[in-house]
Amino acid sequence: MQEKIEKIIIDVLLELNEELESNELQNPTQETKLYGGNGALDSLALVSFITDLEERVSDAFDKDIVLADEKAMSQRTSPFRSVKSLTIYIQKLLEE
Amino acid sequence: MDRVIIITGTSKGIGRDLAEYYLRLGWRVAGCSRKEQTIEHDNYRHFELDVSEERSVVKMVRAVKKEFGRIDVLLNNAGIASMNHFLTTSLGTVESIFNTNFLGTFLFSREVSKVMMRQKFGRVVNYTTVAAALRLEGEAIYAASKGAIENFTQTIAKELAPYNITVNAIGPTPVETDLIKAVPKEKIVALLEKQAIQRFGTFEDIKNVIDFFIDAKSDFITGQVIYLGGVHN
Repeated sequence: MQEKIEKIIIDVLLELNEELESNELQNPTQETKLYGGNGALDSLALVSFITDLEERVSDAFDKDIVLADEKAMSQRTSPFRSVKSLTIYIQKLLEE
Repeated sequence: MDRVIIITGTSKGIGRDLAEYYLRLGWRVAGCSRKEQTIEHDNYRHFELDVSEERSVVKMVRAVKKEFGRIDVLLNNAGIASMNHFLTTSLGTVESIFNTNFLGTFLFSREVSKVMMRQKFGRVVNYTTVAAALRLEGEAIYAASKGAIENFTQTIAKELAPYNITVNAIGPTPVETDLIKAVPKEKIVALLEKQAIQRFGTFEDIKNVIDFFIDAKSDFITGQVIYLGGVHN
């Protein structure tokens, strides 16, 4: 499951990068920083990223999830900081 | 291309009339209400849900996107009213009014905007009321829930502008529907007297403003609140 989620995240990032043309997102990996600190996404790009990702994940696993929920927003360390943390977070949401 | 519209609160009143009107124009319409479907049409889909329930709203919006491929317009029409002095208003009533009016508008706006963002086009129309502008006694909670919607409308209009999505609000006067049937006649007469044009609103009046807001040519009109009957803040 983890691999499948990670692949979706990376696919969405690559598609998004067709518009963004950011160097950091040319070859995204587990370690790629997404949002906050030195993240590759600004707040507008994050909004597009989250909405695309929600749809892809919901379709792939046949479960409607909302990524920007209280749990995500109240965590001290944001699940959106890297591909790795986001993968773990999505897996948790899907297993609920 | 067929246009796709989501209208909340389509089991009766203005919502139902609007759904039937857009169906007549050849649109695809998705509606919802807490009660069963009252409209039968090949291009109509009904969802039985509570607009303040996040999961149901997410599910509906995704289902509409999946079936119709896009969503051009959202009318956040579902609403409930209650007239009461605030000193004798229960917390439960306040929660239920805010849940349907404000949370419903928030959830549908959020989920539908995600779809509109990707298509780089969208029109959202929210509903306020002249009671909010007039600060009507006896409608403190109802008007406060609509006041919240007005402010929300104007702020998200800015947040969604980069995606070519406009967000506006219509503020109807009383229209003879279920929403006001429990209101004493003298109260309604007193309200009508506060309007510049002193008559009930009609379905045509509301449709006219909505048609203006959702017109493709209205792409420079956003964050606006239009009250009917010559009422203003």
